[in-house]
Order: sequence, then C-alpha cells, then structure tokens
Amino acid sequence: MSSFPAAVPFPSREAGGDAPAFNERNYLVQRRGLRSWVFTLDHKRIGVIYLVLTSLGFLLGGIYAMLLRIELLTPGPTIMDAMSYNKTFTLHGVVMIFLFMIPAIPGIFGNFFIPLMIGARDVAFPRLNLFSVYLYLLGAGIALYGMIHGGADTGWTFYTPYSTTTITKVWPILLGAFVLGMGSIVTGLNFIVTIHTLRAPGITWMKMPLFLWALYATSVIQVLATPVLGITLLLTAVENVFGFGIFDPARGGDPILFQHMFWFYSHPAVYIMILPAMGAITEVLCAFARKNIFGYKAVAFSSLGIAFVGFFTWGHHLFTSGQSTVDAGIFGVLSMFVGIFTAIKVFNWTATLYKGSISFQTPFAYVVAFIFFLIFGGMTGVALATVSLDVHWQDTYYVVAHFHFIMVGGTITGFLAALHYWWPKITGKTYSEKWGLVAAVFIFLGFNFTFIPQFLLGNSGMPRRYYSYPERFWPLNVASSAGASVLALGFLMVAAYLLLSLKYGKPAGPNPWGSRGYEWNTLSPPPEENFLEQPAYPRAPHDYTDAAAAEGTR
Amino acid sequence: MSAPSEHVAHHFPDLPTQAHAARLGMWLFLATEILLFAGLFTAYALYRMLYPSAFHGASQLIETSMGALNTAVLITSSLTVALAYHFSRQSRGKLAAALLGITLLLGLVFLMVKYVEYSHHFHEGHLPGRFYRYPGLTVPGASMFWTMYFLMTGLHGIHVVAGMGVLAWLAVGSWRGSYGGAYTSPIEVGGMYWHLVDLVWIFLFPLLYLI
Amino acid sequence: MNDLMRRLLFLPEQGSAYARQVDSLHYFVITMTMLGFVGVATAVLVFAIRYRRRQEGESTPHVEPRTIHEVLFVGGPLALFLLWFAIGYPLFVRLQTPPKEAMDVYVMGKKWMWKFSYAGGPNGVDTLYVPAGRPVRLLITSRDVIHSFYMPAFRLKQDAVPGRYTQTWFQADKPGRYEIFCAEYCGVGHSAMLGHLVVMAPAEFDEWLAASRRSRVAEVDAAQDSGQRDSSPVTTLVEQGRRLASVYGCFACHTVDGTPHIGPTWLDLYLRRDPLEDGTSVVADEAYLTESMMDPRAKIVKGFQPVMPTFQGRIPGPEVAAIVEFIKSLRTSTVHPEPTKGPNYELIPGRGPVPKP
Repeated sequence: MSSFPAAVPFPSREAGGDAPAFNERNYLVQRRGLRSWVFTLDHKRIGVIYLVLTSLGFLLGGIYAMLLRIELLTPGPTIMDAMSYNKTFTLHGVVMIFLFMIPAIPGIFGNFFIPLMIGARDVAFPRLNLFSVYLYLLGAGIALYGMIHGGADTGWTFYTPYSTTTITKVWPILLGAFVLGMGSIVTGLNFIVTIHTLRAPGITWMKMPLFLWALYATSVIQVLATPVLGITLLLTAVENVFGFGIFDPARGGDPILFQHMFWFYSHPAVYIMILPAMGAITEVLCAFARKNIFGYKAVAFSSLGIAFVGFFTWGHHLFTSGQSTVDAGIFGVLSMFVGIFTAIKVFNWTATLYKGSISFQTPFAYVVAFIFFLIFGGMTGVALATVSLDVHWQDTYYVVAHFHFIMVGGTITGFLAALHYWWPKITGKTYSEKWGLVAAVFIFLGFNFTFIPQFLLGNSGMPRRYYSYPERFWPLNVASSAGASVLALGFLMVAAYLLLSLKYGKPAGPNPWGSRGYEWNTLSPPPEENFLEQPAYPRAPHDYTDAAAAEGTR
Repeated sequence: MSAPSEHVAHHFPDLPTQAHAARLGMWLFLATEILLFAGLFTAYALYRMLYPSAFHGASQLIETSMGALNTAVLITSSLTVALAYHFSRQSRGKLAAALLGITLLLGLVFLMVKYVEYSHHFHEGHLPGRFYRYPGLTVPGASMFWTMYFLMTGLHGIHVVAGMGVLAWLAVGSWRGSYGGAYTSPIEVGGMYWHLVDLVWIFLFPLLYLI
Repeated sequence: MNDLMRRLLFLPEQGSAYARQVDSLHYFVITMTMLGFVGVATAVLVFAIRYRRRQEGESTPHVEPRTIHEVLFVGGPLALFLLWFAIGYPLFVRLQTPPKEAMDVYVMGKKWMWKFSYAGGPNGVDTLYVPAGRPVRLLITSRDVIHSFYMPAFRLKQDAVPGRYTQTWFQADKPGRYEIFCAEYCGVGHSAMLGHLVVMAPAEFDEWLAASRRSRVAEVDAAQDSGQRDSSPVTTLVEQGRRLASVYGCFACHTVDGTPHIGPTWLDLYLRRDPLEDGTSVVADEAYLTESMMDPRAKIVKGFQPVMPTFQGRIPGPEVAAIVEFIKSLRTSTVHPEPTKGPNYELIPGRGPVPKP
C-alpha cells in the first residue's frame, strides 16, 4: 500500500478544516413554524418525523410487551383476563411490526441518508414521500381506533376462520394494516427510483454505500410482496364483515389459502425488517473498524439474494398444516438458502475486522451484539427449516424466541447502532458515551435473559399465545419476565440520554467518528440543500488506505 | 443536457432524467397492481380446480356478449389514450384533451354495462357466499364463483373509477396547455395506468365469461 | 448422553422411538449452532482486541477477498445446512406416512376440547387411550376454527383444519400419561384446551375397549329401560347430568369447584342472582339455565365473553333436564352442613386439585 496524500480531503477531524462544529444554518431551523413541518418536502425532516412517530409506535408496542410479560409471571390469571391477554398479544404484534419494524429504518435512516449518500438534493418523489407519512398516520389512526373500540383478538397473523368468526372487531386493524402497507409500498417505490436516477456522477452501482444495496433489496420486497398482503387483508375484512365465504370451509372456502397468501407477504416481510438493519450494521462496522468491507460484491449481492429467495420460502410456515411432503421438502431446502446469504454477510463482516483499526464505542458495541444475535437467531431459523424439528417447535415459544432474536436482537440492535452512529449527523450533538455503553450492556444482558428462556420453554413444549400454562413452565417464564424488565430499562436509558443530548450535548462537528461514508461529506446538521457545493466521489466509501492510488485498484 | 425548464423539479438534473424517474415509478406501481390482482387470480385458480363443474355452470349464467362489448370498449379506450399521448407530444393539447374526454366516456360506457350486468345478477340471486340464492344451480362451490366474480370485477371497477379520475385531471390540464413538447410524462404515466386497467380486464374476460 | 442433553435443553421425556431420533438431530443441530457461534464470536472478539485503534486517524490496508474465501463462506454453511436437512427431512416423511396396520383414532378439535372416536366406539373427550407398542394413526379435523394437536413427549404436532382431515401417527413405547396441548391459537380457551394421552399395556387396552363398548351398549339399553319404566330417581338424574356435561364438554369452560374460568362456575349457580353485561341482573333458575344452553348470547353475565356455542338441537330434551338437575345439585348449602364428608361430586380428572383420600 503506497501512501499518497488523499486527493479529496474528507471533512473529518483528521482533515481539520474550517467546518463549524455546529452548523447553525441547518434543515431543522432554516424554515420555521408548524406549516413548514406539516407540509415539508425535505427528506431529512420527513426522516425526523418518522423517527418521532416510529419511536412512539415502539413505546406503545413495548408497553404491550411488558403487560404480556407481567401476565405470564404466574401460571394462572395475574393482571388480566384471557380476552384482554389475547388482545394484548395481537396488538403487540401489529404495533411492533406495522408501526415500528417495517417503517423504522427505511423511514428514518433511508429517507435521511439515501440522498446524502448518493449526493442528491432529495429523493425522486418528495411529495410521495410526504404522502407516505400521512398514510402512516392514517393507518396508525385507523388501527388505534380499532384498539380503543374493542381491539382484535386474532393474533397478528389473522388466521381464518378464527379472524372471520371472532366476536371482536377486526376490520379496523385489517384496514389500518392495509393503509400502512400502502405507505410501505410508496416508500419502497420512491427509494428504487431514487437510487436508479439520482446518483451523483462518480457513484457507480459498485461504489454505492452498502446501506443502499440493502435498502434497494428491501424496497424490491416492499413493492412486490406488500400488494399481496393488501389483497389478503382486504379479503379477510370483506369476509369478516359480509361473509362472502372465500376462506370459510362451510361455504367451500379454503382457510389454508389464506395462510399461503398471508405468508407470501409476511415471510418476505421478515426481510423487509432485517435487511435495512444489516445494511446499517455494514456502515457502522466499516466506520468503526476503519476498513473497507471485505467482499463488497458478496455483501451487496447477498442482500439481493435474500430478497429473491425470500419470496420462495413461505411454505415453511405451513409444515404442520397438512402440507404434502413434496412441498415441505421444497420449501425446506429453499429456506436453507436464505441462511446461506445471511452466513455470507456474517463471515464478511467478521473478516472486515481483520487488520482494522477498531474503536469499541457504543455503535460498535451494538454491531458486536448484532452479529452474535444474528448467528444464533439465524441458525435456529435454519434448524426450524429441517422440517422434522419444526413439527415439535411449530407454534411454540421456540418460534417466538427465534423471531425475537432476529427482530429484537437483529433489527432493533441494528436500529440502535444506526441511531447512535448517525445521531451526530441528524442532530449535530453528541450523546454521553459512558451512558451509551452502560445502556448497551443492559440491553445485551436483558435481551439474553428474556429470550434464551423462551427457547427452552419451546423445547419443553409450551405453545405460544398461552394465557395460562402448566406449572412446570413457571420458572422459565419468570426468568423471561425478569429479563424483559432489564431490557426495558436499557431502552429507557437510551431514550433518556439521547433526549438529554439534544439540550446538553456537545456540538458534534461534521464528522465526529472520522468516517469515510459518503453521508459525512456535509455539515452537521446538514443544511436544507444538503451540500453547500456538490462533493466529488473519487473513491469508494469507507476507503481508509489514505492512498489516492487505491482508486486504481477498483 | 436540455435547457433548464420550469417543469424540472429542483432535485433533478434535467427533464429526461425526471421523465425517466416518472416512468420507472409508474412501472413499479403497475407491478404492485398486478400483484394485488395476483392474489385474486390465485384464489380463482384454486377454486376453479376444486369446483370445476360449479364454475363452468355458473359462468354459463353470464351474458358473454356484454363482456365482449366491454372488452371492445376498453380496447378502444386504450387506443384513444395512446393517441392522446401522441398528440400531446406534438403539443396539440386541445386535441389530446378531446381524446382523453372520449376515453373518459368509454370508461363510463364500461361502467354502465357493468351496472346492467350487476343488477341482473342481483335480481337473479347470483350473489356471493351467504347471499347466494339462485335455485337453478345448487352444486357445491356455485356461490364461490360469484364470490370470485364480484371481488375481481369489483376491484377492477374501482380501478376503472380511479383511472377515470386521473384521466379527467389530465384532460383539464391538457386543455389548459400544461403539457406538451418535451414535458408529457403526466399523460404518459396516466396512460400507462389506463392500459393496465385494460390489461387486467383482458385477463378477467376469458376467465369469468368464456371458460 | 441423551439424558444429559435432554435435561440441558429442557426437553420433555421421549415417548417414542421417533422422539428419540428427532432429539438426536436436535442435539446435533444445537451443537453445530453453538460451535459456529463460538467460532465467529471468538474471531470477532480477538480481532476487536488485536486490532484495536491505537491512534486516531490510522490508515488501514485495503483487503479484498480471494474467490476461495467466498466459496468457503458459501460452501461451508451450505454443506452443513443441507446435511441437517438430509437428516431431518426423511424423519418428517416417516411421520407423514403411517404404517398400514395402524389403529385409527378420529380426533376432532372444537372450542375448547378434543374429542376422540374409535371406529365402532367408544367416543371420549379430552382423554385419548391408546395401547403401548402398537402404531396409532390419528385422523384430525376441526369443527370450528383451526386447532393444532400437539403432544410434546412425542415431538408430534398436526393442525386440525375445519373442512379437511389431516393425519399423523405415533407408537408409544410404554404405558404412561402424557400431555396434549392445542398449539394453534383458537380464542379465549386456547390455553385451557388441554387433554391427556393415556398409554395402556396392550392387553389392558383391549380389555378397556371391549368394556367401553359393552357399557355403551348397556347405557343404550339402560336408557331404553328407564324410558319404559318412566321413573328415574333424582340421584340417578344428577349422575347422568354430570356424565352428560362431561360428554358435551361443558367442563372445558365451567368449573364445579367455585373457581372462575371461561364461563361462570356452576357451584352455587342455581338460584344465584348474577349481574349481566347490560346492567340488569338475572336469577339463574331452570328457565335461564336452559336458555343459556340454547341461546348462550341472549344474557351474558358481567365479566364473561360471549363465546359459548349454542347447543340448540344438539342436546335432546331429557338430557338438558339432567344437566340442569346436576347444576341444581351443586350447592354449597348441600355440601357444607357436614364438612367432614367433603364435596359430594367427583372432580374432573386433570382439572383442579386431586381430592384427598
């Protein structure tokens, strides 16, 4: 490696420079008044609005989760009756998935950073972008109306014929999820077009930050899978209200058809939730290891691979439904391939650390936690796809633990890594590093204490969605509830010090981490027009060789 | 690169890029629409396989000529919308608006024919699920045909109405001369949407009326 | 080794050869998972320490993978995962292919109970009797929503789907008593939809089956006799009511020991004044009890959900009377005057505490 001076100085600590520590003329204050927020077309403000809204969604879903864990502290009734419990787990699932998991990372960090990472002024369709926020609000409003006026007790999977015959009011939740799905489609469509048409000169497909590859793959799933969920939810609502009989065995309908159509969306939806987190983790990992990613193409194409194969694995949710052995075999093998693509990412991330310059700060702590959880969550998922083990585990707490390892251990950990990494860029302030690490430890330990007992509960045969349970499941349930309170405490700490940093945090400077991701090429917080002058992109993102000649090797 | 135009949004470098983005966005949107209908087509395929004789019997009860008329109406309307785009590119906004108006009228004819068909089915009791009360066909699965019929044509009908709304808006804009020359992508993408509505019907017609 | 792993993983006992085979796969899979986890975790931590940042703004070498790296990254896990599948899938195929000589038991899920029927009788609720050492095929369906028949000790689960039959099979090793759960969410009583599998020695089972069939014939005879004689003492009617309540699955939701469950308890129910959902109240006399069986949603007692199915047309008149007589007999005033004697009714096996001898 030769050592030529850098051709283009990055505005980072090492480059010094005359950039202000806090950009007073930034997107947050350049326009004032409520109208400037309600009708904003600025992708950065829309990202911030998503941050506020999805955080509220997470809070609501978290409250439901804690209620569930309190109820399960004793084998019999604890704080609520069976019907309330059933409604609570339904709403926990619906709120967490549709109000947080799916919109959070694309809505917040996708909106905020896609244009910054490709050197653009905005996303391709700013009005559609604002429209997606309103769809989110409308969908959340309809769903909230449904929660207040009765709530549904179907589970977030809405399996027929239970969901079409239940005495609770299901249609508002279905309609709310449908509208939220439309918002998700709009966001995905916008991202794909943006990435295709608005990349600045010099940013080729193979020089794109890997976060964008992940979001691109996510968007493809959003655009192609969500409509199927839309029609499925509409049909269920129609069935629920009018009784057309499409899923009703008494009228010749097939309830298993619902499951196929539902999982055709909802399995890829898992990758809608995890892929953006994988992308964000890649960025944070490279920045804190000061290393180019090991195997750029492998990581980029594995995102597309997950998106593609993810469409053909939905049948593994139906192994015990009376599916033929041929179908089960095909879906089982295909499910293994999703595991392969995830494994590629894990190995490449690990190899990236080799010969790096690793700074173990809060965002990197979440990266490490993410890799740990993803291996375990991923491999338990592959174990489920071995078909015969699934027969024992299907619909038990094992499945619950597995997908919480991916959703909480993966997506939320990735979300927190991204939030801590980009917080200085979004707000221009730094948070307390000490409290950041303390909270990360709480979350790491609390998470393990919550969900490892659930694996064991599943092994010992406790089915999910059980309001009461035989006493032999008691100790593990108490352990899980105890872990959940530690986890909740960790999240509250994060919320507290981040909010405090808005007022008391030190100015961050344009690039506090010394990162060479493209999005750091501007002031913190960025001005409304993103860049004061169009930056040049002579080398790949996260190239820390300090050698201009390194360009030639690409 | 073309000269900066009043139609280019601030974040696009030039008009062709913007038009390309609009076209790409519409193609993606059409993909979502196709997958929306795909759910219904899947259900149709399954139930047709389960109840072949009921589906065959029930489809005899639909007047094929009405469906054929509607097919012709929609295909003609696709032609007029394509012509509107053609003339819009030549900056003949008024002519384009007139053609869009004809498209709108054809859409209206389609809906009227559909209304006649629906009222006939309502009268005869050709109704979905628990509302089914047609005595002439009592094999299992007969009501499922009408469930599929009303869901598929109903969802398509909603799309026709939405498409007519878009076309009306475009017709007004075109009459006022908002589009023309290099800036015609609103009419182009609106026309693409209308073609999709047409295309879905071309699949519905044989599935429900012919086989 | 088997026993150690089983306890470490909190797995229930193994009721069949199939359960032991699936568990072996389980041990293999979890061991590989742990090894993979430890391997990667060690690498991450070692790199994090070995290559920790020593000064700000260090430059690092540009490292690109060679093809062999990526091939290994793909090939290693792929081979492992396919091996898992190659072991697991044949087991699943075996589970889906009952032997020809298997004995058939029809299983019907229903909110919230399991009904078991043997060809040629008898029928039972919530307790499945099978012989040890013989294959048993279960033909499973549902009356209302989707349930799932789950026996953890046999690592066996099969959905009960309304409108179709699914099948699975097992062969129990030795006599014993095992849990049956419902694993597919089915409403308020989902977690109370418990059953038991009782495995008997083959000879004992044959005897039980023959005896049940005889007593079923005797019951039918007795019913005809009592109809002819037209004089049944109240005590017999109460006993008949208790038995009928068990057959119709009333005890899935109603207790007779005073604890609230999905439905109101029957203890002291007769002539009790209960507040209703609409604010009024009702006295539980014969008329109300009968109405509640025929049109359960007409008057809902406060604090309960309208989830009871109607029994209109499913219980003949004399049987309704018997059940009402049974409910009338459940009064603490009739129990408590002589506290030493304890309850004068039998508790349902598996629900509530076992009475002391």
